[in-house]
Amino acid sequence: MSTATHKLLKGATGDWEVVIGMEIHAQVTSNSKLFSGASTAFGGEPNTQVSLVDAAMPGMLPVINEECVRQAVRTGLGLNATINLRSVFDRKNYFYPDLPQGYQISQYKSPIVGEGEVLLELEGGRTAIVGIERLHLEQDPAKMLHDKLPSQSLIDLNRCGVALMEIVSKPDIRDAEQAKAYVTKLRSILRYLGTCDGDMEKGSLRADVNVSVRKPGGPLGTRCEIKNLNSINFIGQAIEYEARRQIEIIEDGGKIDQETRLFDANKGETRSLRSKEEAHDYRYFPDPDLLPLEFSQSFVDELKAKLPELPDQKKARFVADFGLSAYDASVLVAERESAMFYESVLDRLANRTRDGKMAANWVINELFGRLNKEGRDITDSPVNAEQLAAIIDLIGEGTISGKIAKDLFEIVWQEGGDPRALVESRGMKQVTDLSAIEKVVDGIIAANPDKAAQVKDKPQSLGWFVGQVMKSSGGKANPQAVNELLKSKLGI
Amino acid sequence: MTDLTSLTLAEARKGLADKTFTSLELTDAHLSAIEQARLLNAFVLETPDRARAMAREADAKLARGEAGPLAGIPLGIKDLFATKGVRTTACSKILGNFVPTYESTVTSQLWRDGAVMLGKLNNDEFAMGSANETSCFGPVGNPWRREGSNTTLVPGGSSGGSASAVAALLCMGATATDTGGSIRQPAAFTATVGIKPTYGRCSRWGIVAFASSLDQAGPIARSVRDAAMLLRSMAGHDPKDTTSADIAVPDYEAAIGKSVKGMKIGIPKEYRLDGMPAEIEKLWSEGAAWLRSAGAELVEVSLPHTKYALPAYYIVAPAEASSNLARYDGVRYGLRESAKNIIELYENTRASGFGAEVRRRVMIGTYVLSAGYYDAYYLRAQKVRTLIKKDFEDCFAKGVDAILTPATPSAAFGIGEKGGADPVEMYLNDIFTVTVNMAGLPGIAVPSGKDAQGLPLGLQLIGRPFEEETLFSLGEVIEQAAGRFTPARWW
Repeated sequence: MSTATHKLLKGATGDWEVVIGMEIHAQVTSNSKLFSGASTAFGGEPNTQVSLVDAAMPGMLPVINEECVRQAVRTGLGLNATINLRSVFDRKNYFYPDLPQGYQISQYKSPIVGEGEVLLELEGGRTAIVGIERLHLEQDPAKMLHDKLPSQSLIDLNRCGVALMEIVSKPDIRDAEQAKAYVTKLRSILRYLGTCDGDMEKGSLRADVNVSVRKPGGPLGTRCEIKNLNSINFIGQAIEYEARRQIEIIEDGGKIDQETRLFDANKGETRSLRSKEEAHDYRYFPDPDLLPLEFSQSFVDELKAKLPELPDQKKARFVADFGLSAYDASVLVAERESAMFYESVLDRLANRTRDGKMAANWVINELFGRLNKEGRDITDSPVNAEQLAAIIDLIGEGTISGKIAKDLFEIVWQEGGDPRALVESRGMKQVTDLSAIEKVVDGIIAANPDKAAQVKDKPQSLGWFVGQVMKSSGGKANPQAVNELLKSKLGI
Repeated sequence: MTDLTSLTLAEARKGLADKTFTSLELTDAHLSAIEQARLLNAFVLETPDRARAMAREADAKLARGEAGPLAGIPLGIKDLFATKGVRTTACSKILGNFVPTYESTVTSQLWRDGAVMLGKLNNDEFAMGSANETSCFGPVGNPWRREGSNTTLVPGGSSGGSASAVAALLCMGATATDTGGSIRQPAAFTATVGIKPTYGRCSRWGIVAFASSLDQAGPIARSVRDAAMLLRSMAGHDPKDTTSADIAVPDYEAAIGKSVKGMKIGIPKEYRLDGMPAEIEKLWSEGAAWLRSAGAELVEVSLPHTKYALPAYYIVAPAEASSNLARYDGVRYGLRESAKNIIELYENTRASGFGAEVRRRVMIGTYVLSAGYYDAYYLRAQKVRTLIKKDFEDCFAKGVDAILTPATPSAAFGIGEKGGADPVEMYLNDIFTVTVNMAGLPGIAVPSGKDAQGLPLGLQLIGRPFEEETLFSLGEVIEQAAGRFTPARWW
């Protein structure tokens, strides 16, 4: 990773480099839990989606959900990571009411997925690569409700036992921008794969962030772990705060204590949760209820063959096939839904080779611009892919001008309807009939003899004539034809 | 009809088929025997109404000719097996009056085959013990006494209730579990037959876990044939237990009476302990002689890592137990002591809910898994386990079909006699049996004789994985030679 791609922090004693590693907990998209047949649907009445296994009844045994295994392998493939054909489930032992078994079934020494990498695209066309250390499967704990009763806490076991993928990065991230880009990219990959919905508000994706600071190129500093961040902005804020806090302590002659911290979103600061000495001894050991998880290379190959196109590949294809700029292509592929929308427009175009790039501009500038303005999501866009494709076809074939197209887009946005029919019924068609345009041109020249005389010396004032012609044709005159006619009539 | 309780299971099956008596009569005979034997404390819960209802159902099926292989046979169930709608406690105060909403796979297979449940049997708390003295319901009496003595002896453990009830003719057979010898040692102490099948032969689903990698269910019965009949119903693959083996269950009974001619039987030299009672030595030689005269070939074999088995077992088993028992926390079911906060809730509940031996093993297990100790204890014990397994594999690779050993280093002892000052004294009871659990092999204990004080002694046969049939064939040879033993009734 080149140092040019990241930001250094200025301290009293000079520049500081921030070193960041992340553990992302991503809830696996599956109908049932990791080791029980109970449903994983979100928002059910408390304790209605609980099996005997989830409630840790005496004598109950876990049975691995193969769909969760497939999802983990798919994710590993999407991260260009090594897939381990043999992995082991371990018990992580600790007492807490959100953990009915008294242990979490996780993977410790032998995870299902090994090393991989994620490509980050940063502002100004910079890129960075973040290494993936590992991905393992584990059970989500239950949810504790502390504020329902004055003197008691309640437990909802619905989430208990839902499969999580813990994705551990290498300490390759160097500033808050990269950290945010990493989570954004990872979430995008997971969504493309359909292995996690990435919904941070519902807690489907949560991050633990390890932060330390050092002098550029110096030895690693002592790290602090900030637990359970559930928004990309909080991740950025927490890193900025924590790095500043550590720099201040060191510059004041103090030293950093390795500890676990929490981010207080209201105050925008981190505070200590527990020190290293208070850390749990989890007493990991292989879960004797489960055999090692083993599958064949052909199982992996089959999943690989059915993997959807991922953002990086899609971007490259958009650039190569339609001549999009790298930036535009990144904007389109950043979210799976946006890319799907764009592709669905492409699929409906009469001539995608000719108009593919124009379609990208329309999706990015007109559609996204309008959606952002109204705070709406691509999935509930009032203009659908078919309508937008029709508008672009109309421009491409020369039926309407770009300017008219914007009016048409507005009508479709407001009222809906078939763009082609609207063009007909509202007389928005571009006038390409030269005799009709000539009439208008002649009229304008006749009415403005002074200007017509001047234009020979000042060819840049041709634009004024074009504007007048377009105005009097209601914008429907073919601009190219207008231009040519004016030039020949005015003798320039 | 009082002598209905003295039939073997095979004899009862014939009587029921021939309509000599009904299941209800057979069940009532056992219910009344149970009532008269409360002094033994073998049953912790009697379920007479349920038993009679099941017996009537069995009679109806017998009449219609739809009877399963165990139709109408009254059994006792170790309290470690979850029984739907019937209190299941593992004989621990911490489970209190826990009533499962589910039935263990093993017992549900017995009911599927027509068996009748008489009630739940006493055991060491969470199956941790070798004398059935750690049960929260108090100790179980062995139906056997030393000649001329009134001292009540232990029936062994942890399946002490199962062994005592079968020996005292309170049930025709019983379910049991074996983690380090908990089926075979009580069987040997009570002159009953007990088999711990290969790990994975029976489903562990619905059995309260002690040490998951060692626990296996099996029957305690009045004869080798009876044990074969029961195991056939209990065994089988269960998708709910991923450690259960997807291997077809053979007709074990067909192995009874099959010739053992030409079989190679190993006598492991490392099982000859210093200070072993002479009568155990003698019994062992006798057993070898019986097998030889039935046509088997006896060979000396070596299992060099035997001496490490017991210490390694007492690391692996408590380690798993410390984790398995974490779920008994007072939060969702069972005992809950009052407390000011969650930590106190755990501490108070677990301190008062678990007995001394369970607490000791939870602490040992927690210790050996702790950071800094894991490699020295747990990891090393697992390595020993691999070596023990390899000892047996090497032996079987040389053509040995089964290994003959004593089942226990002594006969039954008095309640409170052992382990009071030093728990290791009690742990030594399992010296011949733990290796089998560590290696996941099948082992059967068959009554083989009596010691000088008239107490029963047993021999153990250890087989290749999933070759329980060989053990039944060989076990029956010993049974035929040694005869069967019934205690004189004193209760």
